[in-house]
Parts: sequence; C-alpha cells; structure tokens
Amino acid sequence: MSTASITIGHASSERPPLVETLHQWVTTVDHKRLGVLYILYALIFLVFGGIEATIMRIQLIRPHNDFVSPEVFNRMFTMHGTTMIFFAAMPIVFGFANYLVPLMVGARDMAFPRLNAFSFWLSAFGGFLLYFSFLGGDGLYGAGNAPDVGWFAYAPLTSQTFSLGHSTDFWILAVFVSGLGSMGTAINIVATVLCMRCPGMTLGKMPLLAWLNLVMGGLVILSMSPLTAAQLMLLIDRYLGGHFFDAQAGGSAVLWMHFFWIFGHPEVYVLAIPAFAFASEIIPVFSRKAIFGYPVMVAATLAIGFISMSVWAHHMFTVGMTAAGNTFFVLSTMAIAVPTGIKIFNWLATMWGGKIQFRTPMLFCVAFLFQFLIAGLTGIMLSAAPFDWQLSGSYFVVAHFHYVIVGGILFTVFGAFYYWFPKMSGRMYNEALGKLHFWLFAIGFHLTFDFMHIPGLLGMPRRIYTYEPGRGWDIWNLIVTIGVFFQAAGTLVFLGNLLWSKWRGVAAGSDPWDAWTLEWSTASPPPAYNFAVLPEVRSRRPLWDLKHPEDPDWHYE
Amino acid sequence: MSAFSIPVPEHQPQWNLPARGPVAMYCLIAAEAAIFTIFVVAYIFYVGKSATGPQPATVLHAPIFLTVCLLSSSLTIHIAVRSLRKGNVGRFAWWWCGTVVLGGIFLAGTAREWRHLIYQDGLTIQTNLFGTTYYSLVGLHAFHVVMGLGALTLVLAFAIHGDVRPEHSERTEVLSMYWHFVDAVWVVVFTVVYIIGR
Repeated sequence: MSTASITIGHASSERPPLVETLHQWVTTVDHKRLGVLYILYALIFLVFGGIEATIMRIQLIRPHNDFVSPEVFNRMFTMHGTTMIFFAAMPIVFGFANYLVPLMVGARDMAFPRLNAFSFWLSAFGGFLLYFSFLGGDGLYGAGNAPDVGWFAYAPLTSQTFSLGHSTDFWILAVFVSGLGSMGTAINIVATVLCMRCPGMTLGKMPLLAWLNLVMGGLVILSMSPLTAAQLMLLIDRYLGGHFFDAQAGGSAVLWMHFFWIFGHPEVYVLAIPAFAFASEIIPVFSRKAIFGYPVMVAATLAIGFISMSVWAHHMFTVGMTAAGNTFFVLSTMAIAVPTGIKIFNWLATMWGGKIQFRTPMLFCVAFLFQFLIAGLTGIMLSAAPFDWQLSGSYFVVAHFHYVIVGGILFTVFGAFYYWFPKMSGRMYNEALGKLHFWLFAIGFHLTFDFMHIPGLLGMPRRIYTYEPGRGWDIWNLIVTIGVFFQAAGTLVFLGNLLWSKWRGVAAGSDPWDAWTLEWSTASPPPAYNFAVLPEVRSRRPLWDLKHPEDPDWHYE
Repeated sequence: MSAFSIPVPEHQPQWNLPARGPVAMYCLIAAEAAIFTIFVVAYIFYVGKSATGPQPATVLHAPIFLTVCLLSSSLTIHIAVRSLRKGNVGRFAWWWCGTVVLGGIFLAGTAREWRHLIYQDGLTIQTNLFGTTYYSLVGLHAFHVVMGLGALTLVLAFAIHGDVRPEHSERTEVLSMYWHFVDAVWVVVFTVVYIIGR
C-alpha cells in the first residue's frame, strides 16, 4: 500500500543539557508532555492537601488538643478542600484526559495544542496564587493569611466586613483563574473527541474513556461557568461595593449557595466520570473480556451527566426550601442512583466469567466497585431530606463525600497511574510495592472513613477545631486519625514506586497488558507524533482485531 | 544522526469529521451562555428588591436605536462572511467595516447611557441592588462587545493590509458565530432589563 514515503531526520540521541530540557518542558504544546505536567502538578498539590488533612486529624486525635490554633484549623480545612478539588483532582483527570484521549482516538495531538498549554499554565498559576496567600494574604491590614472561609465560601462570611485582608481575594482569584483554564481544557477535550478521531472510529466505536471524557468536558463547560460568574459577583461585592450577597442592602446569602452548588454538584461528576472511565478501561483488560453493555454504559454516562445538573439543592435541605423544592431535589438525587447502579452492574458483568488477573490496577478498581457502592448508599440516605436535616453539616456527610472522592475516585486514579505508567514512562512499576501501596491505603482508608460515619451519627459537627471529652466521640476520632497515617504511608510508597520505577524499572514494551485500545499500539513512551501512520479502526478493540485476524470484533459489533 | 522513513498510504480513506473551529466556538458559546444565565437569574431575582432608589422604572429608557444597530451588525457580518466565501475580498472588507462601525455605535451609546445614569440619576454600582445587578449584567455584555470588537478590528486591519484571502472564510465564520452570540445575548438582556425588569 505504501509507495511514497517521508524521511524524517532523527534527532541526536545525546541528552540535551538540563536547561534546554526544562525549556522544552515549559514551552511544550505536546499533549503528552502537558498531560504529564498536569499530573505532576496535581501530585504536588495532592501532597499539600494531604499534609493539611493530616494537620487537622492530628488536632482532632483527642479532645482539647492544641496542636494548632482555631484560626489555623479554619485555614487548613479551607485550603484542604480547595486544593484537593481544584488543584489535585481536576488536574489529575485533565492530565489523564490530555495524555490518553488523543492516543485512544488515534490522533497526533489535541485539537488546539496551544490552547492546551495556555490552559495548563492558567491552572498552574491559580495554584500558585492560592498558596501565595500564606505570604501575601494579609495585604495592608495585617489581618489575613490563607483563606479560612471554607471551600464553599458561604456569604456573608466572604464580605469585606467579616473577611479582612486579602485571604478571600486569593481564594476567589485562584479558583477563577484555574476555572478559566479548566474551561479551555474542557473545550479542547470536546473538540478533540468530536473532530480528531482516526478513520473508521465512529462515535459508537470510540473507547469508553473517550466517551466519558467527552461527557466530562461538557459538564465542565456547563458547571465551571456558573462558578466563574458567581466569583465575578463576589469580586464586584468585595472590590466595587456591590450588594449581590449583602443582606444589609437586600442581597441574598442563599443565592450564593445556589450558584455555588449549581457548580458544586456537577463537579462531583466531573471527577467521578473520568474515574468511571479508568474503571471501564482497566476492568475489561484484567478480566480478559470486552466491556459488558457498551451502549448502555454510554447511555448511563449521558444520563448521569444530565441528571447531575438538576440535583444541586440537595446540599441545601437545611436552608429551608419549599416542600415542592425539597421533593424535587430528593427525587432527582435518588434518580441518579439508577444510571450509576447500571454502571456497577455492567462492571460486575464484565468481570463475571472472566479470567481475572489481580494486578495492582485491578485491585484498585475492585476496591473502587465496593467502596463506590457504599458511598452511593450513604448518598441515598442523605438524599432523603428528613434524614439530611438530622445529619447535614455533620461528620457523616464528611465521611460520605470522602468515601466518594477517596474511596471511589482516588482509588481508580491510583489504578490508572499503575495501568498507564508503563506507557508514559516506558518502564514497569514494581508490582510488590504497588500491592503494598494498595493494602496500606485500603486499610488506612477504611480505618479513617468507615469509622468517621459514627461520630457523625453521634452528632459531631464538621469544621470544629476541638471537642469536649465524654460525648462518645473520642475513640472514633482516635481510630480515624490512625487511619490517616496508613494512608500517608501508602502514598509515600506510591511516590517512591513511581520514582524508583522511572529510573530502575524494567522496560515495559509497547503493550505490557495485552490490551486492546490504540495507545498500546505505539511505542512506550510514544513518539511526539504518536502514530507514524494514522490508524484505521473497524471495531471498539482495534488491537484485538490486529492480534486475532481470524476472529475480529467487527464480526459481532 | 540517523534517518528513518514513514510510509504514506496512497489512498486516504473517506473520513469526514466536524471542523474543530466551529465545535470549539459552540462549546465556548455554551460556557458563556451559562455565565450569562447566572447573571440574568441574579438580575431577575433582585428585581424590585432594592431598599432605596433610584428604581429602574424612573431612570431606564429602552435603547431602541442601539438595539437596531447591534442587531443589524449580525446581518452585515453575515453578508461579509458570505462575500469572502464567494471570493469577493473587497466586498468582505466593506461589510466587515460596517459591522465594526455598528458595534462601535452600540458601545458609544452604552457609554452615554451610563454617563447619564451616573451623573444625572446618581445610580452607581454601589447605590443599590438595581445598580449592582444592572451594571454587572449590562457591563458583562458590553465587555463581550469590546472583546468582539477587538477581534473584528484585528481582522479588519488584516483585510486592509491585504492579508485576508478567501481560504480564511471558515475562520471569519467562527468569529462571526461569536458575534451572533453577543447579539443574541443582547436580545435576552434587553428583554430582561428594559421590559421585564421595568
């Protein structure tokens, strides 16, 4: 078939000097390098956010502890929440989307490589701005420090009167700037999936990861924008003397809650849908079976994305909405359990009868299935308004959403790290260290977040910096804090494994898992142009077709 | 130095995908529409809730002429893009220039309206809820007009310099989508601020 050919001069194999390498990384527009930058950046903030969580847990290990002051404690929970959502979780999912989507749809780069770099540096600048608040937050007032208004920054706490100095301004601008970056990346992902697919890859033949990231991109576009608008309003209030959230002049604090949660709830699915995407790629490969119910998985994802836009006020049952409002948000919240349940059954059906290989990525995904189910069950409990009236703002809620974000999302993200590490670095990770990480982290996770439900049920409110002895909370808080050290140890093993394997791991080859999607058809790490010849696909598992020409998938799809 | 060869297949298969420019612009428009929705909701939510005057009924006058100017600019940009697609660069430049002028008239009119509101009626963004929501919503729209005019003027400069050619018609079309969106938003803002909110 090939008559003509292009000759490309090979770059010199000598390593360029360090300055030149750094310069290449800073000025790169390559989706793989930007993906790696996103992921490294997120890992740094994951460690920062983890340190803040650890400080809070040490403070709460026993009643009347004075490890940190109340003011510092307020800063810690605000910075922990903001960091983990905006500067750890979102960059991680964007990083993987950046790295994987073009490779999986058989493209040479994202649709807009320069927009991609611009978006990354905006997000990076946002994170820098947030942490600069530790130094610059007091402004001229000598009153501020890091933000201390909670990650959802309810009015009127954020007004000039109650939030002196620039701490809240740093929070607003950091989230605003990184939000613009997120929108740029989301637009890029949607355009890449829709416009850059290789010949033959119709929408129905895309890998599920591409499908799910398409939905994630759409959700970011529709949910980050309301937050951006609300941040603009808050800036107008704080700098221009506006009255949007100023109750003295007739403004409404509840309006901020609505605007924040119109962003806040879809945001959960912005993070969860890529996690589903990782599970949908990893579980089939380690079960040695094609994904069960591909069209239903796509439909369920679209349903989740759609319903997630209409459930936000379940964060606000205690505000006192009308009976009709409460009923609507109870029902819509419960409805979202249906497509999510469909997904869990599809993953189980994929594993059913398969030749399951319990490699580290698969371990994390199996734990995800179990933990995400429990997180969903406590979610349904909290979606019932009368139950929520009792437990809103308690540690039960904290336990619930950490079960979602850590037990569900972070576990699949760890799985994704192990699964695609050979592709990104060209080296295999250390399996023993990987399993050690899994068990340390799983034990720590369950110690912390299983037992965190109980003080919540016993009435312990979130965000208190200390508590009285003898309320029955002491032993549970002790266990919860002990779990944190297991998780921290697991994370250290993970980081050590990444570093060790990057330099000392055995060569992985292009396809260590005998997998089926296009990213495994090119070298590890892939060359800058990804594919020498753009692939042409005829089914959802192009590499299966290539490896099994006698029994290709397109006979059955 | 070594060299290697990449085989190039003789027949590229038939494979048509949507162009990335319009897709990205539709996404941007969706994001912008969400931002405007929040500001419109805030405006409607606060209609009639101002504790003190001035009230919209006493100080606002519907800017009919400016609205006609802005909405006509959608027509002129459409004709401009169509001319470029047909290869008539000169016609394109004139209609494009007309669009810039109409947008400029709108912006100048808004500035005049604001000046009157601030100096004659004593309404600033700090005065009351009406002032806060009015200047935010109309200002957000005006900001988009400014951004659009900046981009349009840049293209106009290219056209005068002779750098716009028929093969750029797709790019100018993407820009015109943004301009149509700015006009469509004005219809909403006009309805909310000058009809419902009064």
